[in-house]
Amino acid sequence: MPKARLTREQIAERAALELPDGAYVNLGWGIPNLIAAYVPSQVTVYFHSENGILGMGPRAKPGEEDFDLVDAMKVPVTLLPGGSYFSQDDAHVMTRGGHLDICILGGLQVSEHGDLANWRVPGAKGAGGIGGAMDISVGAQKLLVTMEHTAKDGSPKIVKTCSYPLTAIDCVDTIITDLAVIDVTPEGLVLREVAPGFTPEEVQTFTEPKLRYSTKVPEMRLQQR
Amino acid sequence: MTSKEKVYPTIDAAVADIPDGATIMFGGFGGAGFPNNLIQGLARQGARNLGVISNNCGTGEGELGLLFKNRQISRVIAAFPGPGAKYFQEQFDAGEIELELVPQGILCERMRAFGAGIPAFFSPVGVGTEIGRGKEERMIRGKRYILEQALGADYAFIRAYRADRMGNLVYRKAARNFNPIMATAAKSTIVEVEEVVATGKLDPETIVTPSIFVDRIVQAEGKRYA
Repeated sequence: MPKARLTREQIAERAALELPDGAYVNLGWGIPNLIAAYVPSQVTVYFHSENGILGMGPRAKPGEEDFDLVDAMKVPVTLLPGGSYFSQDDAHVMTRGGHLDICILGGLQVSEHGDLANWRVPGAKGAGGIGGAMDISVGAQKLLVTMEHTAKDGSPKIVKTCSYPLTAIDCVDTIITDLAVIDVTPEGLVLREVAPGFTPEEVQTFTEPKLRYSTKVPEMRLQQR
Repeated sequence: MTSKEKVYPTIDAAVADIPDGATIMFGGFGGAGFPNNLIQGLARQGARNLGVISNNCGTGEGELGLLFKNRQISRVIAAFPGPGAKYFQEQFDAGEIELELVPQGILCERMRAFGAGIPAFFSPVGVGTEIGRGKEERMIRGKRYILEQALGADYAFIRAYRADRMGNLVYRKAARNFNPIMATAAKSTIVEVEEVVATGKLDPETIVTPSIFVDRIVQAEGKRYA
């Protein structure tokens, strides 16, 4: 029986701790979309949506939806005081222009050099779609990727070289998975934290490139609730 | 051109002369800001072999889905065709549609460049990926960039909230999205709006699209497809 890894919600909970107070933030599809619910109460961040919203608030309550106010996943949302609307080109002036402090995207593969593949599984049916991921990856001041540590077939998603179509090269700063927090550095991948119950050596067996770590790697921090 | 009457009586009149083979930009994102009345008018009008520039490719028979269902579209430039774009996906899988996938912000910027008279520009997006393949690459101040071409069209079909009779436009919330950029990048921009007001009734400080970018205006109640 394999040991229990973190849930998707716990990955989101850990990732939320990376958000600095006052940051302008874009969250992508998948696990990143869960993060807004876990922002610590003492931290204020401003969410950006690439269809032209800054200062996006929580989902609209049932019966109060305004379908001219939706997020990038088509979900009716709200606008917080101080929020603003603008056109899609201005939204991407913010992404590509380096104005967002931190962006968090899902990933299919991340390489040891910080290359990200997250928009297309090779051989998948259909046309695929890039959306805003390439602009966001290139421009983010800091780019986090949240994902499961391994694919459904058990193969590592943190690899020496991405075999999937790339989203952007040399863009990922930190990877947060159900097993670890890993920083991408010029010297290689540094294991910053491990999931409760796992050793650095175990995390290494699920990771293709070599991880660097000190003798004592702390457990992944989860919030007190 | 300034004294020309821009307000059209009906949707069908506003799209009557769109020829076969035209390239058309369509605004809209996430169900908001789609010119669905104009799209349905184009379906009735029947122009074929159209080129489409749009973030996505419809949802079922809604939005652009109707034009794909009618097989009026042969070429697409899009950022995220979308899993709900049933008719597009079927025709794409069958090899019947030519597709260029473009990163969403670059789609915006290529249109903005065209509208601003910039023929091409260097961009960091897509460097080292399949988007950069075959494009001129240059090192600028120590970083790699690829050359992206400006993107224009024969027509832009857009949706705004309110127009005055001159064609000044205001939008509503996130329904603005691609609409203002497309208005600048087409030879002829056709806008459907919830309400047309007398010239001078819009606060000049709030106008997002100035009238110079708008050629035809038609009033039509917004339609939404999810």
